[in-house]
Amino acid sequence: MPIHDQSYRRYQGGKASPGQAWLVIARAGIMNMLRRRAFLGVLIFAWIPFVVRAVQFYLSTNIPQLELLAPKAETFREFLDQQQFFVFVVTIYVGAGLIANDRRANALQIYLSKPLLRAEYIAGKAAVLFAFLMLVTWVPAMLLLLLQVLFAGSFAFLNANLFLFPAITVAALVEVLLVTLTMLALSSLSKSSRYVAVLFAGVIFFTKSIFGVVYAISGDSSLSWLSFSDSLDNVVDVIFRLPPGYETPWQVSLIVILGLMALAVSVLERRVRGVEVVT
Amino acid sequence: METSSVISQREPQAAGAGPVVQLDGVTVVYGRNQALKNVSALFVPGAVGLLGPNGAGKSTMLKALLGFIKPDEGRMSVLGMDVAERPLEIRARIGYMPETDGHIPGMNAVSFVAYCGQLAGLPAVDAMQRAHEVLYYVGLGEARYRNLETYSTGMKQRIKLAQALVHDPDLLFLDEPTNGMDPKGRDEMLELIRDLGHNKNVNLILSSHLLPDVEYTCDSVVVMDKGQVAAQGPIAELKGPAGRVFELRVKGDLPAFIDVLRHAGLECHSTDEDLMRVFVPAVDGGSDQKIIFDLAAQHAVQVRHLRPSVPTLEDVFAKAVGEE
Repeated sequence: MPIHDQSYRRYQGGKASPGQAWLVIARAGIMNMLRRRAFLGVLIFAWIPFVVRAVQFYLSTNIPQLELLAPKAETFREFLDQQQFFVFVVTIYVGAGLIANDRRANALQIYLSKPLLRAEYIAGKAAVLFAFLMLVTWVPAMLLLLLQVLFAGSFAFLNANLFLFPAITVAALVEVLLVTLTMLALSSLSKSSRYVAVLFAGVIFFTKSIFGVVYAISGDSSLSWLSFSDSLDNVVDVIFRLPPGYETPWQVSLIVILGLMALAVSVLERRVRGVEVVT
Repeated sequence: METSSVISQREPQAAGAGPVVQLDGVTVVYGRNQALKNVSALFVPGAVGLLGPNGAGKSTMLKALLGFIKPDEGRMSVLGMDVAERPLEIRARIGYMPETDGHIPGMNAVSFVAYCGQLAGLPAVDAMQRAHEVLYYVGLGEARYRNLETYSTGMKQRIKLAQALVHDPDLLFLDEPTNGMDPKGRDEMLELIRDLGHNKNVNLILSSHLLPDVEYTCDSVVVMDKGQVAAQGPIAELKGPAGRVFELRVKGDLPAFIDVLRHAGLECHSTDEDLMRVFVPAVDGGSDQKIIFDLAAQHAVQVRHLRPSVPTLEDVFAKAVGEE
């Protein structure tokens, strides 16, 4: 063969065993988002409440007159509640196109012709959204807890509220998992990320509006399970050892959340296929 | 890195080795439509064409072999492994070039092909190196940093071939690889496929409804029609013995001359009042038509028209699917 021949060569290096492709998908998805300046702006914006809370913690521990700003266990619940807006924004920005764009570009047949399972593909895509949502919920909440200890110079608050570690973790996990699975399922239903974004916003606001109307008419909050976000709030309240915000038993809200997750997984199982068979 | 220092000298499965793909009584049903009907077929090592008209079941067969579609009945094996039991191991060793356009949105060519390599298990650095190599091989070296969404149809076909090759598969599934290409691009694609199958010794299955594409690139063929295998085997064998068919028109005693031709060992069919098709076996030193002229002269028959035609895969296909 001439030395200049740019011909086909055999690969003689090693190959990873099947089962790690989801990491490749997740890494590529995360890097793709981090390359977007607008998204970096969103992320920075999402950390402003953290900075405000950090200043609040600092002042309350260093200026005795501002002791009324001292954090309580509820403070961390409120922080996660505030972050819901950013969860919504990040979910739409990152999640809407995760599967929809692949469907538009017929990429599923490319993915699934490689040695990876459908579950791995879904896990890789979910990991992208999951990582960014944890970055705006769990990570700042845990850092705030750490900052409180550092600013106060004692473990007294932490010892008195040891449940906050698991509470923050479980609450963030429930919220992020529910939102991630719901968005992925919606994303698998369409080839247009814009349509998916509208659909997700519709699911959130429409269900909340329905409950709002029912509550306005009846004055009864036991139907809060009708609302996606209020069901989540009810369960997160209980996780933080607070009385539920609605009259709906938290077990009902939890069943609604688990049901939504199961529905999302079922939709993904049906929609993520290498070939679309129309009979 | 060993990758760049070793030139492809693969010996995948020698001619005497078993089939690379085997289907045994495979049936695939979409609703009320049977896409594959009890199909049993063998794909030998080398370049094999999967030929048939649109809707014959070619793409369904490839998708079933990839595990995208679960057959209702039958068994399939690829590279000696059962498709139902070891789909991941199979997909690690095959490359698939789909019929429809497909890419990962927002990537340029080299990122896309490297990404596909990583999905197939290649380390990131090796995948990137292979991506550059295969992009040069398929003729996209100069366009490898362009966004895929700006590619022309021909370039999209090439990029699909590149992503199928990046992980160095033992077997390639090429589904209608020349679809939508201009004549020049089509010729170049066929050259690439022929090179892969004959010079690089990559086993490949070329699914196409274009007879010349299969005839140019493949040695064997499986002919599909209406979800069933209509014929299969080496193309040369299916085309019958070497020789030429002549269209012949004569003036004189036609029935008597037909008898003469038959006595001389030539296969002869009368197709019209004075027109016949005569098959003349290959003659060493050429000049096969001289046999006909000599016989005509000996029996005082005038040859008014003699036009040669070589048996083609089209004849095989027409015969297999029962066309005149």
